[in-house]
Amino acid sequence: MAAAQTRTDGSAKFRRFSWYRVRRNGAKVVWYVGLILLGSLFSLPFFWMISSSLKVEARIWIYPPKWLPNPVLWENYPEALRLMHFGQLLQNTAFLTGVGTLAVVLSSSWIVYGFARLDFPGKNVIFTILLATMMLPGQVTMVPRFIMFKELHWLNTYLPLLVPALFGDAFYIFLLRQFYMGIPTELDDAARIDGCNYVGIWWRILLPLAKPALATVTVFSIIRGWNDFLWPLIILNDSEKFNLALGLATFRGLYHTQWAYLMAASVVILLPTIILYFFAQRFIVEGIALTGLKG
Amino acid sequence: MITRQTFKTFEGRRRARFDREALWGYVFVGPWIIGFIIFTLGPVLASLGLSFADYELLTPPNWIGIKNYVELLTRDRLFLVSLYNTLYYTLLSVPLGIILAFLLALLLNVELPGMNFFRTVFYLPAVTSGVAVSLLWIWLFNPQYGLINYLLRLVGLPGPGWLVDPTWSKPAFILMSLWGVGGTAVIFLAGLQGVPVSLYEAAVIDGASEWQKFWHVTVPMMTPVIFFNLVMGIIGSFQVFTSAYVMTGGGPQDSTLFYVLYLFRQGFALLRMGYAAAMAWILFIIIIVLTLIQFRLSEKWVFYESQSAE
Repeated sequence: MAAAQTRTDGSAKFRRFSWYRVRRNGAKVVWYVGLILLGSLFSLPFFWMISSSLKVEARIWIYPPKWLPNPVLWENYPEALRLMHFGQLLQNTAFLTGVGTLAVVLSSSWIVYGFARLDFPGKNVIFTILLATMMLPGQVTMVPRFIMFKELHWLNTYLPLLVPALFGDAFYIFLLRQFYMGIPTELDDAARIDGCNYVGIWWRILLPLAKPALATVTVFSIIRGWNDFLWPLIILNDSEKFNLALGLATFRGLYHTQWAYLMAASVVILLPTIILYFFAQRFIVEGIALTGLKG
Repeated sequence: MITRQTFKTFEGRRRARFDREALWGYVFVGPWIIGFIIFTLGPVLASLGLSFADYELLTPPNWIGIKNYVELLTRDRLFLVSLYNTLYYTLLSVPLGIILAFLLALLLNVELPGMNFFRTVFYLPAVTSGVAVSLLWIWLFNPQYGLINYLLRLVGLPGPGWLVDPTWSKPAFILMSLWGVGGTAVIFLAGLQGVPVSLYEAAVIDGASEWQKFWHVTVPMMTPVIFFNLVMGIIGSFQVFTSAYVMTGGGPQDSTLFYVLYLFRQGFALLRMGYAAAMAWILFIIIIVLTLIQFRLSEKWVFYESQSAE
């Protein structure tokens, strides 16, 4: 927290400095023109997606393309969702994302207490190994994991997607540790003198203080779970068990020329992550800065 | 020999607390160690073993020595194609992405009204990913009716076939990856805001121009962030999968058959598990070597503040 504080202070000073530079040069207009042009370019795909999703199928295939749908066909949405069995897919995805996120956030925050606060032989070696696993490409473990899950008769169930979450995630542990290191240890000491044990300190002191970092990890985990594709693709066979990403890929295979439907379905699937992003932007940005800068 | 008396001394009590602390330390990090052994270390070693075997899931693995590696490196044309495609993609998308992200961060690192709105706009594509975004880009890249070729024709350029043209399919993926540079830009932005103002003030006193301040203060201070983004960017781009699987399936003419897509095809479509494990290990070695080279080179160009300050 102390570190975050210093950074904000520094940034405020620096921003004021840049602002001065821009105003002095009279470059404000140029700056805004650049921002608006580039910003439009970056937003254009989203705009195009929404516009296409509301068009009559026949009016998608005309050249030059029309910027706005006319007539606006809201019916594309219920129709696309019905065709792709959206209700079932949403239920599956919500379950997988919810349970997976709860498991990974709790386990990672438990594990990080040991790394950030307690002393034990071999800690640095173990933590170095943890950092090294972040660079390990997932494909190296993919084949044996698949064989292991097959031997356990876990294929075509959610267990391979959820059980590993109980053992924490290296990236989240790293992120949380960066945050825990900034919480003063005096609070732990005071609690210990009052007779609090380690589990109590973790639960009563560190978890409440680490709420912003936990929020960051939760948001990352939700976005990751929502978009998860490769593992569900390998593990799941029954279309009733598919998540939204797999369902959308299947839907595309069946209706590969129906772009209004495909775009409508894509909009609906992207919407929750976009809404989450607007509410949790601060946490995401801070989390990225926290891991990216001191990494 | 430990006596009752020893425990009563201060030293003894402290050691007892220390042992208790160590014990609890293992209780806390234990889940990760167990998970690491089951889901990482075990599989890594198993995949090394499997890479020397012929294993097609239905019959027991059959030890064949280095045959998988020999076949990959000498006879498998598609393996070399996938390696080439991935290198092509990495060598262009990572540096271009870093340059664009850096410029974007400079553009956003100014306190003007509405700046938060613009930061949101640029960052939004980076949080959206996966199948939905891949579908959107198939549609944008449509040669006849896609938005991108429409815009190109508006400015008088011929629109290429993008995803259906082997020459333009990889640039299409690179272009799409650049749309997501907002994530990298956020890291640069945080880095820029951490540059001490005193350095700029000192530069002004020394009579530095805007360009000199940028080149002699901002850029050196940013080199650790550039390095971080370079290392992580290369690791990430070597693992590109979902977009290629959804958008092209590797085509046309294997021009977007990226490494992991080919690995997936060998392992999970053809069920050649040993062969896929060998591919995974080659990928692992490539990534380790590239990362080590970067660390070695970084001594020449990455500037760490502590080197000069202390």
